[in-house]
Amino acid sequence: MSAVSTETTANRVGWALASFFKARETGILLALVIIVVVTTARNPNFLFSGDGFRDLLLTPSILLLVAVGQAIVIITRNVDLSVGSVLGLTAYLTGRLFIDVPGIPIIVVFLAGLVFGGFLGLINGALVAFAKVPALVITLGTLYAYRGINVLWTGSDRINASDMPKPFLALGTQSILFIPVLTIIAVVVLIAAGWYMRNQRGGRELYAIGSDPDAANLYGLNVTRRVLVAFVVCGALAGLAGVLYAARYGTVNSQAGSGFELEAVGAAVIGGVAIFGGSGTVWGAAIGAYLLFTINRALPILGVQDFWQRAVVGVLIIGAIVLDRLLALRQSRRLVEARDSE
Amino acid sequence: MTNTATTPNAPALELRTISKAFGAVVALANASLTLERGSIHALVGENGAGKSTIVKIIAGLYQRDTGDFDLDGESVNFTSTAQSKAAGIAVIYQEPTLFPDLSVTENIFMGRQPTLSLGRIDRKLMRTQALGLFARLGVRIDPDRPTQGLSIADQQIIEIAKAISLDATVLVMDEPTAALSGVEVDRLFAVARSLRDEGRALLFISHRFDEVFDLCDTVTVMRDGEYIDTSPIADTTVEQIVRRMVGRDVTTLFPKEDAVIGAEVLTVEGLTEAGVFHDVSFGVRSGEIVALAGLVGAGRSEIARAVFGVDPYSAGSVKIAGARVPKRNPAAAMRLGLALVPEDRRKQGLVLESSVARNATMAIRRNLAKFGLLFSPAENRAAAEWSSRLEVKTAALDTEIGTLSGGNQQKVVLAKWLATNPKVLIVDEPTRGIDVGTKAEVHRLLSRLAGQGMAILMISSELPEVLGMADRVLVVREGRITAEIDRADATAESVMFAATHEEVVA
Repeated sequence: MSAVSTETTANRVGWALASFFKARETGILLALVIIVVVTTARNPNFLFSGDGFRDLLLTPSILLLVAVGQAIVIITRNVDLSVGSVLGLTAYLTGRLFIDVPGIPIIVVFLAGLVFGGFLGLINGALVAFAKVPALVITLGTLYAYRGINVLWTGSDRINASDMPKPFLALGTQSILFIPVLTIIAVVVLIAAGWYMRNQRGGRELYAIGSDPDAANLYGLNVTRRVLVAFVVCGALAGLAGVLYAARYGTVNSQAGSGFELEAVGAAVIGGVAIFGGSGTVWGAAIGAYLLFTINRALPILGVQDFWQRAVVGVLIIGAIVLDRLLALRQSRRLVEARDSE
Repeated sequence: MTNTATTPNAPALELRTISKAFGAVVALANASLTLERGSIHALVGENGAGKSTIVKIIAGLYQRDTGDFDLDGESVNFTSTAQSKAAGIAVIYQEPTLFPDLSVTENIFMGRQPTLSLGRIDRKLMRTQALGLFARLGVRIDPDRPTQGLSIADQQIIEIAKAISLDATVLVMDEPTAALSGVEVDRLFAVARSLRDEGRALLFISHRFDEVFDLCDTVTVMRDGEYIDTSPIADTTVEQIVRRMVGRDVTTLFPKEDAVIGAEVLTVEGLTEAGVFHDVSFGVRSGEIVALAGLVGAGRSEIARAVFGVDPYSAGSVKIAGARVPKRNPAAAMRLGLALVPEDRRKQGLVLESSVARNATMAIRRNLAKFGLLFSPAENRAAAEWSSRLEVKTAALDTEIGTLSGGNQQKVVLAKWLATNPKVLIVDEPTRGIDVGTKAEVHRLLSRLAGQGMAILMISSELPEVLGMADRVLVVREGRITAEIDRADATAESVMFAATHEEVVA
């Protein structure tokens, strides 16, 4: 049927455009653009004031990191509900390091956050991969366990902005060429993750595992190792997000990051990552994260009352899942029809 | 594969005196198999003969307990499917194992995609190679579409493409034709022959003798986990193979007492459900035991479940003593006097965490209850009565049923249904996984129930049981009743022949 041959630029652009419009992520990107446009029309400050533009990019960046990690785990047909607690623990760790080790280089703190987050992810992954208990249950447990450790460690104490060095805090608010540093970090991570998931054998195997774990086993893929790695990456990204959280907000108490796990799952699902694994992209999850936070900021400007805002998010998530099911049904019907008409 | 140790004339794959047990259950006792290059080898045997276990050992999914496993003359010990694959063995399971969300091309090359610098997957090359494979196999499958929604036949072709791209020297196909239409089978066979001509060794497992004779050059027969015989196809006949498959003593056990056979109680007419069973008609008279024989997957249990009303059917009718049994309504079927003892007692017949008494009285709970409440004394009285009648061996009636032996569990399931006082009893694999002593007890019980005038429909995969117990044998093949054989004419050969053959001379 369709040829592999003609590689003219026009064709390539056409093909790229076609796949862009077919992609699951396009709809959600469109929704994001519409919200920004409508809200800006209502109140130009939403986009065109210096703070407005910065906030638009900055606020969702931390969630973006967590959502990317979450998407990787969900693609393997697992879920990590402990990311909020991991974020909280590493955020507090960040503050403690600055207090307890005066003069510690900022890069070391970043590494510590990544490693510590990765370690917490490893615990999740090991429990899931070796104990053969569903990830939902395991990570629900570690959600409380990690938060408990956090409360025990922090007590009624809290980290204040004055405890941390200025250059570190500046990372949370500074911009390079109008783009916040936080956003740059998040986007670099996103590009790396997106590239890995699409172009590396390891990334494709994660999709295969999520698509049919039994088949992956029969096929001889190293399911245990891959799932373990997915959890470690997810934990490490939550850890990185924890460090950035401390830089961005300057205050860290024992409840930092509560509820982030649900926002992250929500972002991934809204972004088209199938909750049963095997399909979706980290790009989608990233757009989902932006959509979630942007809606939260846009609704008050559009005159929607506070208490409706959460409901809107809920509708968005359910809508995304329903859309996903409908698309999947339509797809499988089309595939079956195509087969029958052969 | 490249080193010099490869013995020139060694067979591609050789299994010698392999045994494998799962706990107390012996799956393979003494299995042997030799696959030569450039040959298609058939492996046949009854249900439970150990064919699937052999496949799983070759695939590296199970490890043998004893015996030798040589590949190209060298002993191998696979501990994972990845290892056997790396050694050049490809297995195509009955149900293809593809990743539904991923594209056809990705499915073929998963885990060993061609790469560019930085380990980047070379999609273009991968796609070209996939097209090349399909061209070689002479099939047209869009390499970019997801495998979800592909027909089983196309999925199997993809599995074969996988095997070829691996350059597998040994290709195992476990009942690949079970779900294929005639044209698709032809296409598969053409591919298999061309692979044979390239010098690969193929193992073909099938219940269809016409296919075995059409495609294969050698046939190995297994029975009860043991190697029986290997012979060239040209020197053997279907009758000989069938005899080797069933060849055992079927006279002794299972004595059915003579019963007065009365009027027809269960009447099934034209029962049809697309893709499952077609135009199934039969009757069972009081005092009679009718066996539904056939291969696993022929549709016997599905017919039973439809008769009882658990599963739907699109056409036909079920009557008990002339009264129509409504569709999809097991409660009504029970009221009319129908009982079904299901195949999988642990999943479908019992609540394992519950007590013996609870389980035994489950089906008559409504009758025992007073004002909608269930009292233990009533429950225990009823349970005690049935337990003693069926000689259930249990410490106490409140013992958790999961702790009982398989035979005793089965008796409790029987008790549960007999307590409803049925006119017609359907039993699906009544003695599966039960020791010989208890087996005889179950048989005696069924025989006695028939003697008391109950109509019994028995599904069984064990030929001796069928031949010993049944007054009449109905053979089901691919959802149709292909033969009705009277007790006098029923032999292992005649039943097996009808279960595996297209045209039946009844």
